[in-house]
Amino acid sequence: MATPEPVVNEWDRQDRQDLDTDEMVLNMGPQHPATHGVLRLELRTDGEVVKAARPHIGYLHRCFEKHAENVDYPGVLPYADRMDYCAAMGNTLGFALAVEKLHNLQVSPYVATLRIVMAELQRIASHAVAVGTYTMDIGAFTPFLHLLRDREKILDLFEWTCGARLLYNYNWIGGVSHDIPEGFVRATRDLLREFDSVTFPELLDLIIHNRIFVKRLASVGVCSKELAISHDLTGPNLRGSGVPRDLRKDEPYLGYETYDFDVCVGQGQYGPLGSCFDRNWVRVVEMRESSKILHQALDRLEKMERTPVQEKCPKRVKPPKGEAYVRSEAPRGQLGYYVVSDGNINPYRVKVKSPCFTAMSVFHHLARGMMIADIIALIGSLDIVLGEIDR
Amino acid sequence: MSEVKGLIHNRFEDGLIVTSADQLINWSRKNSIWFMTFGLACCAIEMMATGGSRYDLDRFGIMPRGTPRQSDLMIVAGTVTHKMASRIKRLYEQMAEPKYVISMGSCANNGGPYWRQGYHVVKGVDEVIPVDIYVPGCPPRPEALMYGMLKLQERIQEDRVLRRRGVTVGSLKGAHQDGAADQADPKAAE
Amino acid sequence: MDAKAIHEKLVARFGEKIAGEGLAAASPFAVVAPEAIAEVALFCKSDPRLAFDNLMCLSGVDYPKENPPRMEVAYHLYSYVHLHTFALKVLLPRENPALPTVEGVWGVANWHERECFDLLGIVFLGHSDLRRILLPDDWEGHPLRKDWQDPEYYHGLHVKPTQQMAERALAGEKIGVGPFDFTPPNRSNQG
Repeated sequence: MATPEPVVNEWDRQDRQDLDTDEMVLNMGPQHPATHGVLRLELRTDGEVVKAARPHIGYLHRCFEKHAENVDYPGVLPYADRMDYCAAMGNTLGFALAVEKLHNLQVSPYVATLRIVMAELQRIASHAVAVGTYTMDIGAFTPFLHLLRDREKILDLFEWTCGARLLYNYNWIGGVSHDIPEGFVRATRDLLREFDSVTFPELLDLIIHNRIFVKRLASVGVCSKELAISHDLTGPNLRGSGVPRDLRKDEPYLGYETYDFDVCVGQGQYGPLGSCFDRNWVRVVEMRESSKILHQALDRLEKMERTPVQEKCPKRVKPPKGEAYVRSEAPRGQLGYYVVSDGNINPYRVKVKSPCFTAMSVFHHLARGMMIADIIALIGSLDIVLGEIDR
Repeated sequence: MSEVKGLIHNRFEDGLIVTSADQLINWSRKNSIWFMTFGLACCAIEMMATGGSRYDLDRFGIMPRGTPRQSDLMIVAGTVTHKMASRIKRLYEQMAEPKYVISMGSCANNGGPYWRQGYHVVKGVDEVIPVDIYVPGCPPRPEALMYGMLKLQERIQEDRVLRRRGVTVGSLKGAHQDGAADQADPKAAE
Repeated sequence: MDAKAIHEKLVARFGEKIAGEGLAAASPFAVVAPEAIAEVALFCKSDPRLAFDNLMCLSGVDYPKENPPRMEVAYHLYSYVHLHTFALKVLLPRENPALPTVEGVWGVANWHERECFDLLGIVFLGHSDLRRILLPDDWEGHPLRKDWQDPEYYHGLHVKPTQQMAERALAGEKIGVGPFDFTPPNRSNQG
């Protein structure tokens, strides 16, 4: 018996003939819950797959460099704070280091240790925000609340010291603004004890080795070493691609060479090296290294001789004519300040090389061929803060 | 006679709430303000912290929504730039009535620390959209933002939904941005 | 390699295209002629002894009061192989400053040069996509120049600072208070 011929649905057949997969231009506009700020992404997609991506920045351009030319050197510090607002201690530290190099100033060891303590606490807090919001983008809401709760404890310490929760204006040129209060060392030790024993293992278990997390991130957004170096990815982004460079080891400042800590490099445990997972993993493990540095710094603070924290601050900051490019290891990468001085009380030119700006420049290379959901994962893994990109 | 007797006077048992429709509508609106997360800059981090576990906003019924179509409140948290101003206006127009705006932080209030040389900074978001509550600070503490939200709740409670527009009473007298509403309703005089 | 040796290597290769040096500065630099910057950059990256595979920062600076008035573009380079730094500088005239792009050498220069063009007006010849990056596309002028004046308005919004607004308020104008004259496009006036 001959089998009957299958009935062909004419509508389907016609559809398949006329099916013209046009490209769609999708706009992930400046207001978006997952773009970590006012970033506009123009995506050219073929269905769900992104063919090309174009980031548009500048929605938060707040004219930092123009302000820096019109206020005096200490007055630049509050503006510098507001660039990378998730890690404000690092910004003022960078500018203070640059002006101190122009001035040929050396801070006392006590102030240097204070600065290290604040910088490393800020690193933990900043990575907490980065990892927390990243997991929220991926879809898990609870780690965000947990990490923000732990970050609040660090912000309590900052508020105790200098009065501000988010934008501190703490690192002054030649010193710091406030000395640590009585009991600060003990409180920090308590916090670190809890961090080492509870928060960090919880973070590893709940998030990092979570199968969903791994599957979503391990082969997404792979950035090779050459691309990373050519596009000036620095900090955790670079170390996630396997390049073991950390400014705190290569060009140490503030006495970082006397501390014992490791440089965390991405291992590529679950996929190719340089994926979103590796970059995120480097951030998580760096929190533990920061905790190590903090323990050592707190030990030294107790034994060290306390000097007044503003004794080296010049009455009027008037560096001699010259220029310097000084970089420091901020939580998001290498933050560089190019300060040009012409001998006046206002800087002549301050150019900031922000790590997120250069990290964003590699975006359109990595975004080709991804799904739209992976774009979200990519943005979060680069850990961008638009205040720093747009300055 | 000194006693007033009416049809429903002293009729009802305990457990029955008697109120006006306006009060009920306003009460339900003020206790579930859903805001659009419009974090632009540093104030966005404080807004996130206010929504976090320590300074919980959810206990007031305030929840963040990603889209303007589903939100009652727009918290402009951060610096408004000229590039962003047209988008803010568009997002405000996309919100459904009744909608409110809180300007959080000094940048959104009047340009903030960038008022002098900020060529790209809009000197206050009220150049673009009408604002109900201004929360000062750089950035305002989470408690300050919560106070602003509670003030907004007071404002909503005194809103006139079914009643005609008339004199504003209470703590927000004179604070309504539409000054005409503070005067007595012109129709009543006719 | 230290700065002096790097400078000598560049002079040996390019001769008079290396127009000057500032090796005593805190970040030592060599001055390069504008038309030769692309070749010098490629040499810096590809030469195995120099191996400057990373462009740390590209900054434009405006010097209108110098004699002669000039603009500078400073390239700060770093090598991940040898871990040394160096800087290159290009001096440009203030009218129509233009120089070849180095985005073929270091990918990050694409964005750095766009920003330099946006804020200072320095044109990078051969750039694949030279348009504004931070300011809106229809912005007029280059704000980081020293002779920048704030315009009055941009699309109806004030650009000049708030002090003027304080004067306006004292003169009786209502600022920040309605009624506002825009209607959402899909709403009738009765709503």
